[in-house]
Amino acid sequence: MENLINIGIRSVFIDNMIFAYFLGMCSFLAISKKVKTAIGLGVAVIFVIGITVPINWLIQNYVLVPGALAWLGDDFKNIDLGFLQFIVFISVIAAITQLTEMAVEKFSPALYGTLGIFLPLIAVNCSVLGAALFMVGRPYNLVEATVFGIGSGTGWMLAIVALAGVREKMKYSNVPAPLRGLGITFILVGLMSLGFLSFLGFSI
Amino acid sequence: MSAETAEVEVVEKKSEPLFSKKNKKLLTNPLDIDNPITVQILGVCSALAVTTQMKPAFVMSLGLMIVTASSNVVISFMRNSIPSRIRIIVQLAIVSLWVILVDQILKAYVYDVSKQLSVFVGLIITNCIVMGRLEAFAMGNKPWPSFLDGIGNGLGYGLILMTVAFVRELFGAGSLFGFKVFESMGVRYTGNGLLLLPAGACILVGIVIWIQRTLNGHRESH
Repeated sequence: MENLINIGIRSVFIDNMIFAYFLGMCSFLAISKKVKTAIGLGVAVIFVIGITVPINWLIQNYVLVPGALAWLGDDFKNIDLGFLQFIVFISVIAAITQLTEMAVEKFSPALYGTLGIFLPLIAVNCSVLGAALFMVGRPYNLVEATVFGIGSGTGWMLAIVALAGVREKMKYSNVPAPLRGLGITFILVGLMSLGFLSFLGFSI
Repeated sequence: MSAETAEVEVVEKKSEPLFSKKNKKLLTNPLDIDNPITVQILGVCSALAVTTQMKPAFVMSLGLMIVTASSNVVISFMRNSIPSRIRIIVQLAIVSLWVILVDQILKAYVYDVSKQLSVFVGLIITNCIVMGRLEAFAMGNKPWPSFLDGIGNGLGYGLILMTVAFVRELFGAGSLFGFKVFESMGVRYTGNGLLLLPAGACILVGIVIWIQRTLNGHRESH
């Protein structure tokens, strides 16, 4: 349990997808003008990462790893499908995103209305594929992978909501004209990332 | 993904030269006024993460240019036969094919750089430049302009990457392409650690955007 909490805290604050790895920056910068939409997108990302990371964990460990197909019989012991990793992972992510979109559309049309265009965009949010690829590089079991996935998503949401909050207030400041918009946003992200550095070395 | 849909009306006559004015624009626009990173906000993630040194930045730009150009061409050939409901999956499948090729080549010939780039080669698949250009350009244009558009955007991406990596490696570690510049001049240089941190990269890109927009007059309201 302690281990799980540690992984969760690490993935939210210390290994934050945005401030430590810069994953999912494109939608982070493009869709952080309003707090409300930022929250909607953040929830959708948590949901998709939380589902795809454990699914990809299962695929990685029971299909892709060298010798993973041993459960099919002795003939399959020496097969290594590792080179298929990218294409399998991205297909899972695209499929889950599409499914999520359909499910949300069917069961909660109101939420679908608010999220609308952001849902399909999650398929190309690098933080989702990034979480899957980081998960492969670390020795997690299924439960730990799930916690890691949800934690990464939460960290991403935290970051985008915080940035949206700051950007809403930027309207009232006098920024030099060429720096307005994207330029000042980058500098803001840099400063926020410095703030997040203070979590380094933090463990439970 | 705020790809400005570059609606380049390619009304090609039969005997349009390969490098007509319009086609040349496809190559040069992404370098400045239509730059993928600083104007279209595409492909930012990798731009910040691989720029601590010039070598990985160079390999990454090259890889991205190849992937963008070649998947642009393939999608452009198939553009009339892809059903629009499942186009994202089709596009991702084609992009990941090219990325697997690039990844395997990197692993075979420059293993140390491939290790340094770690997940970021795989992440070319979700690099918004590739998807953004497929959606905004290749789905509506012929193969040759699409190829040029891919090369152009790859170059624009590379330009920003190399600029940022140059400053970060030179002042962060005191070297260029691993060559110790300050030491060879006999100057003792203590690297500026801030530049090597993610935060330094962000602030640096902000400054690059500032300079670029001061020069070319591009403005945003807020």
